[in-house]
Amino acid sequence: MEKRTDKNSYTILFAVIMVFVVGASLAFLATSLKGKIDENKRLEKQQNILYAMGVNDNDEKSVAFISTDNVAKEFSTYITKQVIIQGDNVTEDDEAYLIDLKVESAKSKEASYQRRLPLFIGEKEGAPYYIVPMRGKGLWDAIWGYISLDKNLVVQGVFFDHKGETPGLGANINQRFFMDDFTGEHILNQKENFAGIAVSKSNIDPKNERKTDNAVDAIAGATITGDGIAAMIRKDLRMYMPYLQTLKN
Amino acid sequence: MGLLSKRDTKLITDPLADNNPITIQVLGICSALAITAELEASIVMSIAVLFVLGLGNVVISLMRNIIPSKIRIIVQLIVVATLVIIVDLVLKAFAYQLSKTLSVFVGLIITNCIIMGRFEAFALANGPWKSFLDGIGNSLGYAVILIIVGFFRELLGSGSLLGFPVLGDAIEKTGVYAYGYENNGFMLLAPMALITVGLIIWVQRNKSKALIED
Repeated sequence: MEKRTDKNSYTILFAVIMVFVVGASLAFLATSLKGKIDENKRLEKQQNILYAMGVNDNDEKSVAFISTDNVAKEFSTYITKQVIIQGDNVTEDDEAYLIDLKVESAKSKEASYQRRLPLFIGEKEGAPYYIVPMRGKGLWDAIWGYISLDKNLVVQGVFFDHKGETPGLGANINQRFFMDDFTGEHILNQKENFAGIAVSKSNIDPKNERKTDNAVDAIAGATITGDGIAAMIRKDLRMYMPYLQTLKN
Repeated sequence: MGLLSKRDTKLITDPLADNNPITIQVLGICSALAITAELEASIVMSIAVLFVLGLGNVVISLMRNIIPSKIRIIVQLIVVATLVIIVDLVLKAFAYQLSKTLSVFVGLIITNCIIMGRFEAFALANGPWKSFLDGIGNSLGYAVILIIVGFFRELLGSGSLLGFPVLGDAIEKTGVYAYGYENNGFMLLAPMALITVGLIIWVQRNKSKALIED
């Protein structure tokens, strides 16, 4: 005799009920936790921006952000101005950090849309910092980061993160030994043109002593993630160059 | 007799050696190759799999009499995916930093063949308690291999363990590096993980009488 669970009608019914129950419960969970998750993401953005300008709780080796309880206060202390650059227009906006780069980049595919570029201007110990957000592609998924520059366009600090790079290899872009190498690097070449910073396998400079070679040492086994970082810097930072060049003069 | 009968104990100990999911059944190889460049990632992945496989086996075992056999694989897939997403969402809301560390592993857990393999081969035919033990046993067997591979890859590839440099400083040339030792960058790449797993299989098949074939 055929088992009850082998019948087609039972199978279909089971599938329908299962999809409904699972879908509904996941949707319910996701919606009820959404507020909390969004809040976490917002604070994380502030932590990342502050990290790039050197406001963090780092000890010798590890990455440590300003604690989530303090970050909102510290953010308003250190970030003195947030602006949105749109072509030649520069407008101030206190919520510029909430702009979603992914959405902006998708919208800018239409020729009529002028992309909004958020820029965060901070001040630490009297010196101004210009922090540019970036977003690009790694090996498996999105990578993003923040790069802070002084007015001579020398890198003061960076923060990188990723969605799903390989643990132990590409995922190490958010580790100190990689990020710290960027500090002090120049983004302009000797002729004062924009060159970005390459993540190089062949620059033979493991102690990172040459700061004007527009390159840092790559991570072994993470070629595509490293190339993604270099491409992200080249592509996203270039869009800010018309504005950033005016700072130098 | 304690909590575990002899047969129950075997459920846990068997996958550790003679029926190891990686070296004998050759399941879960993909994640064993991908994430073992560092010991820490190996350990995190092991704990994540332990959790999902233990819980998933129980859920599937409880549902074993109502799952239609024609779509059982899909049902198993949905169960494991749902469990993983729930854990991920809850972590994102209440332990955001931890969830960031683990998020990379989430996708890898869903595709881990050990999980589907144990659902299909064991949980569908056995009660919840036995299935739970089987899940724990198999994930421990998985963990043992991951940690051995991760240990050697990180030690020989980066000269460190759990991020702590044990062989001296490669750039400043201290410790063993002073004598001309170099890190083997090849250890960090996936092919060496496969070779390391191969060496473990070789040693195991030589040592264990039960596995020696004619």
